Amino acid sequence: MKDQTLKQQITEVATRYPAPRSAVMPALHLAQAHYGYLTQEAMAEVAEYLHLPRVTVLEIATFYSLFHTRPVGKYHLQLCTNLSCMLLGAERLQRQLEQQLHIRCGETTADGRFTLTAVECLGACEMAPVMQLNDDYCGHLNEQRLAEMLQTLQEEPNRKPENGPPSS
Amino acid sequence: MYEQVFLLEKRDSEYQDLAGYRSGGGYSALSSTLRDSTPEQLIELVKEAKLRGRGGAGFPTGLKWSFVPKGGTSAKWLLCNADEGEPGTFKDRIIMEQTPHLLLEGMILAAYAIGAAKAYIYIRGEYVIAIRRLEREIQACLQAGLLGKNILGSGFDLDIYLHRGAGAYICGEETALIESLEGNRGQPRFKPPFPAVSGFYKGPTVINNVETLACVPPIVQRGADWFRSIGSEKCPGPKLYCLSGHVKRPGLYELPMGISLRELVEQHAGGTHSGKKIKAVIPGGISAALLPEPALDIAMDFDALSAAGTMLGSAGVIVMDESTCMVRVAHRIIEFFHHESCGKCTPCREGLAWIEQMLRRIEDSEAQSGDLESMERLYGNIEGNTFCLLGDGAVMALRGVVKNFRHEFIERIQQGARAA
Repeated sequence: MKDQTLKQQITEVATRYPAPRSAVMPALHLAQAHYGYLTQEAMAEVAEYLHLPRVTVLEIATFYSLFHTRPVGKYHLQLCTNLSCMLLGAERLQRQLEQQLHIRCGETTADGRFTLTAVECLGACEMAPVMQLNDDYCGHLNEQRLAEMLQTLQEEPNRKPENGPPSS
Repeated sequence: MYEQVFLLEKRDSEYQDLAGYRSGGGYSALSSTLRDSTPEQLIELVKEAKLRGRGGAGFPTGLKWSFVPKGGTSAKWLLCNADEGEPGTFKDRIIMEQTPHLLLEGMILAAYAIGAAKAYIYIRGEYVIAIRRLEREIQACLQAGLLGKNILGSGFDLDIYLHRGAGAYICGEETALIESLEGNRGQPRFKPPFPAVSGFYKGPTVINNVETLACVPPIVQRGADWFRSIGSEKCPGPKLYCLSGHVKRPGLYELPMGISLRELVEQHAGGTHSGKKIKAVIPGGISAALLPEPALDIAMDFDALSAAGTMLGSAGVIVMDESTCMVRVAHRIIEFFHHESCGKCTPCREGLAWIEQMLRRIEDSEAQSGDLESMERLYGNIEGNTFCLLGDGAVMALRGVVKNFRHEFIERIQQGARAA
């Protein structure tokens, strides 16, 4: 069952550009926020609303790292491992996360709750080492803070991210 | 005493909304320009101020604007490059979070100068706080008659839209940004034609960095002479420096262009957090070649750093103390560039993959004598052989590490030979 709200949102966003094709990224952001990740059906919808070949939409969805064509855990932990964070212990934090969650970077826990990703610079080096938990930045991390954060998340199965995704 | 103009010291909401920004004199530059100046006069003013682009290249902003053909029938476009991805850089994020109207007012002025009726802010997808704030403040501007039709009764129309990126370093490159904004993979285009002639949907297009645009309202308000009185003759104005790594007080510092790197690191940022000696400092994001500690007495401006074989770049200053392993640093830098290579040009895509493998072998003490020299032979096969500067940046960064800390690489290789 297709969702009329998503269709309206995508059609509206397309009017901001000289050609609908330009709206493929905002449309994919909208579809991802709607479905949780970019399913084949979600990408087909985007293609239909923007009058693009499906392969074009797939091409864009797989080029950019913030688009997910596979399910992502309820809590997506994106640990920055670039230089400023590495200098302040990001590699140690990565090992800690992998051990505590029993997964490697790029994987999701069996219960579907946690996805761990090592990412490049998040543009927040003043609070290194830094990680994004869904949309929120968590900076000045150390082993203790990270352990506490994980414990809180594991104990509160219904905690929602503080803010929803932005509308564009 | 240097007086700050980016208003970043007014943290926590004072200048985040329209009323606050206006109470500090915000949008007076726009109203006076629309009332008293022609677009040509505004371009002349920015030329006189000698404003140079803060995104990394340092190209004169007024000159860039003047390349847009006057008149004509095709639509002109202003694109704000807010796809801040250079590791070690966070200045544009903080401008957009703390003083979003400084950027918006700068954009309206720039659009007026070049005759654009639509402008886009291509913003990093991760910058969710900045995205929400800009969305809210663009709406506030529309309601206040500062955007939309007939701005402040002048007859000038402008709409500004946010375009949220999706995690690709290469889209900070201006032609890749245009490709991405047209709905394609973010892969650079060959230049010429330059965007000012044929850019977004083949229309004349200006792409300016966030900090560059944020310099425009203060220039209009205080004049070109004021701007030129800060910093050096060829590189004037205030500058934002991003301090991170092994430093006592990491953060964003607004100081004159051309301040000494040593003063910036040792006095303003308090030296190393560990009290250990500084080993090296990257002055302009990780594409810039690092400077070893004895070379820190250098002016932080486009020309002085370029003469020293490195660059001001995005002014992302990363400090490393003496405990830092330079082989690890080199390997991590090249992993980044290899990951972010868009794959269009073979020298970058394949060359960086090979270099990454060689560095991994060196780091794991699996390399043999001669491997370092083999790696260095690859530099010239990448540099200058690609559409954009990503590969060149990778080589510049790596060359800087190996040139200054060659002995660490040789030690690793010898360790491997002994163990074998």
